[in-house]
Amino acid sequence: MSKTRLVGKSVPKIDGITLSCGMPKFVEDMPLKNPLCARILPSPYAHAVIEDIDTSDAEKLPGVLAVLTHKNVPRIVHTTAGQGYPEPSPYDTFILDRKVRFVGDRVAVVAAETPEIADEALSLIRVRYRELPSVLDPWKAMDPGAPVIHDEPEAYHPISAKYDPQRNLAAEVKAVAGDLAAGEKEADFLVEGTYHAHYAQHCPIETHICAGELDHNNRLVLYTSTQVPFHARRITAQALGIPLKRIRVIKPRIGGGFGAKQEVLLEDLTALLVLTTRRPVVLKLSRQEEFLSSRTRHQMFTTMKIGAKKDGSLTLMDMKVLSNTGAYGSHALTVMSNAGSKVLPLYRCSNIGFHGKTVYTNLPVGGAYRGYGATQSYFAQECLIDEMAEKLGMDPVDFRLQNHIRTGETSPIFKALGEGREGNEMYIQSCGIIECINLGAQEIGWREKRMSVREGRFRRGVGMCSLMQGSSIPDIDMGSVYIKINDDGSFNMNLGATDLGTGSDTIFAQMAAEILGVESEDIIVYSSDTDMTPFDVGAYASSTTYLSGQAVIKSAEAVRAQIFSVACEIWGVTSTEGMELREHCVNLSGKDPILLSKIACHSLYAHNQHQIAGNESHITKVSPPPFSAHFAEVEVDTLTGAVRVLKYVAAIDCGTAINPRLAEGQTEGAVANGISYAMWEQYVFNDKGRMLNPSFNHYHIMRTCDMPEIKTILVPTYEPTGPFGAKSVSEISINGGLPVLANAIYHAAGIRLKEGPFTPDRVLAALKKKGNG
Amino acid sequence: MNTVSVTFTINGEKETRQVRTDMTLLKFIRETLLLTGTKEGCGEGECGACTVIMNGKAVHSCMVLAAEIDGADIQTVESLAGSGELDKLQLKFMEHGAVQCGFCTPGMLMTAKALLNSNPNPTKAQIKEAIAGNLCRCTGYKQIIAAIQDSSRGGRK
Repeated sequence: MSKTRLVGKSVPKIDGITLSCGMPKFVEDMPLKNPLCARILPSPYAHAVIEDIDTSDAEKLPGVLAVLTHKNVPRIVHTTAGQGYPEPSPYDTFILDRKVRFVGDRVAVVAAETPEIADEALSLIRVRYRELPSVLDPWKAMDPGAPVIHDEPEAYHPISAKYDPQRNLAAEVKAVAGDLAAGEKEADFLVEGTYHAHYAQHCPIETHICAGELDHNNRLVLYTSTQVPFHARRITAQALGIPLKRIRVIKPRIGGGFGAKQEVLLEDLTALLVLTTRRPVVLKLSRQEEFLSSRTRHQMFTTMKIGAKKDGSLTLMDMKVLSNTGAYGSHALTVMSNAGSKVLPLYRCSNIGFHGKTVYTNLPVGGAYRGYGATQSYFAQECLIDEMAEKLGMDPVDFRLQNHIRTGETSPIFKALGEGREGNEMYIQSCGIIECINLGAQEIGWREKRMSVREGRFRRGVGMCSLMQGSSIPDIDMGSVYIKINDDGSFNMNLGATDLGTGSDTIFAQMAAEILGVESEDIIVYSSDTDMTPFDVGAYASSTTYLSGQAVIKSAEAVRAQIFSVACEIWGVTSTEGMELREHCVNLSGKDPILLSKIACHSLYAHNQHQIAGNESHITKVSPPPFSAHFAEVEVDTLTGAVRVLKYVAAIDCGTAINPRLAEGQTEGAVANGISYAMWEQYVFNDKGRMLNPSFNHYHIMRTCDMPEIKTILVPTYEPTGPFGAKSVSEISINGGLPVLANAIYHAAGIRLKEGPFTPDRVLAALKKKGNG
Repeated sequence: MNTVSVTFTINGEKETRQVRTDMTLLKFIRETLLLTGTKEGCGEGECGACTVIMNGKAVHSCMVLAAEIDGADIQTVESLAGSGELDKLQLKFMEHGAVQCGFCTPGMLMTAKALLNSNPNPTKAQIKEAIAGNLCRCTGYKQIIAAIQDSSRGGRK
């Protein structure tokens, strides 16, 4: 790779100063004129038919401007999953329905002058429910005679995927490479187990919020906290049955998403209320609603069988997944598919099987959540790899080093398992996992600590796991970028790629500035606005840096070529050969440099007048995986069952880190979330399917006092298909928490935990069982 | 609805306003004073996004009634660069990459500011304790703690 000036440098986040001054506008900060407050009436039942709904008293309440129920909204089946079109998620959702399918499902919505009036109006809505038997156990969802959750005739899958709502089957996928029976036969050792990755919520500190108003052209403008502005526009138009051209979606600053905001959750109701009342409307979820009614990590049970020969080579990897999508099938197929496709290729094996089923239940709805299925199944795979290493009498580090995929190699799973269809064949072109494992092991003190004596009340242990993910969805995701020059030699860069706090605006500015010979602050970044920026699928599938970054490069190069043409005119030369952009100038040996401002003014005002601008798009045929190895040291109190995480090391190969500090920030944030998920976070349900702990007081996410020492190690590689050699960084590091801590706890105390979070009660129960066994 | 008159100082300016007795300080700051830097993350005193400094102490403004601020001195995030120059904390937050989405940042900064005002050289443990009530889901806190630590060293700007 040639030497770069800005790429690879930790330049400060371009919006960091204003954010630290509290200046940028988040949705709730938009200066709307007398906005109405909207509130949603949630279902108190897990499964019920709305026999009657009487809104007359609510409508009569002074200050109430609209009350919407299933009776007065369009009934158009759609999905809330903010994915490409056609979405690989079943169409099983209506704006409001005559049936409710989980506690927290929406029954009605009101818009009123104040929140107090809106709340009072909700209390005046009289609903007569007929409660139905419910499905609260995903293992029983497909039993004969189980209540049918989606019995509406409209439900269907927009792509050709297996979908059988009459059996509560939201998705099913099978893929086999090689011969599973032969793989089992060849094995000298087999290990098998079922691991349960539990419900969790993303907990962005800004909850879901959407504000809307009519503009001077009577068009609907939605300011929404979204990762997917273009999908939000399309799905809102579809759900309301109004022309897409009537809607403008603006993404202001976003207060975190982590996948939760890849969901088109509030835009439909906000749009309808604006159209009904012709007033600005704000609809914001409370923290309680965020837990109960928004989206969650799909609960997943992964059963896996691994076979190996005495020499340590793998003969079989067979994974079966039962995923619980809750009441609606948002991301039902793709999260489950990813549990295989982003996990199984990590090791060399000829016989690989995957069989996943996603079922409906009357529980909170699954959705996209950082890690996207891989988080769930890595728990099983990486714990079973440890179990196999133990059977073989090998160190888990050595066993992984022997078997992991290498540069130049492929996995049959890449082709066999895609996102709702066949995948793309791919050969690994960059892989730093050996360095990740070795550096991580060194940092944690692996060899010494594996040998340590573990006895007494407090027992310390170390564990590890290996990970991979992808970088965007091949042949599906598309990103597009528009760059133009301004009079002073600065550039506007408008792009649909959606910075939700990740820093993507900054790294794109670095990339563009690198090519255009200016500083990152000379690039004025604007993302995203469906009227003003070109299309981008949005911030998901680990695609932003890798995919939209290539579109930035292409657009910047197109602009550079036009700048060189103008320089030819000014210099009176015919060839651009040897020209370079450097220090705000076009440079050519033997000529005086021309300032970019002069190029701009020449082209805008003087000769052959035109706007120097570029608009390029990028798609990818491959999804190169970042790789990572995580190591953790824990201390188990065998008296109380309390587990303390002492140190956590994440070594990551994300290709070139465009901005190392931001890449570390992405890694540390994901690690913290992974630890938090493994240790504390959980949904506690009662026997009616109601989540009982919808607040930060009772749903514990990591605070500073819970933090272990966290060490991030960036392992540079160069991915030839990526922008400046970059791969993705955002998702992979959330996948380690469950397996690495489970493996460390096993090393410390000899107990194999197969269900999170690793709370004292679970640890004590396991210790007791071990003691008795 | 009952109202009450309150006289207070907000970011150095003395003001008198009539406020509803059921209005939170958070709502008052955001909707009446139009200082939208202060954020609401839960409205229940559990996330710290709404933290402001009241009479020198960091408080969750969603847990304080506007009616309680008579005679009080209130500082919000907008005060930090009020002189036109960035506070050292803001610079260090930038430098250390302590800002990701920026939604928890105003509250985090105000908690840190109150800490450094009362204890200019806190230990790492004291910093962790001070911001234990401020939730951040983006960073994992490491860079935030480093930024506060770095702000405390070598005197104040």
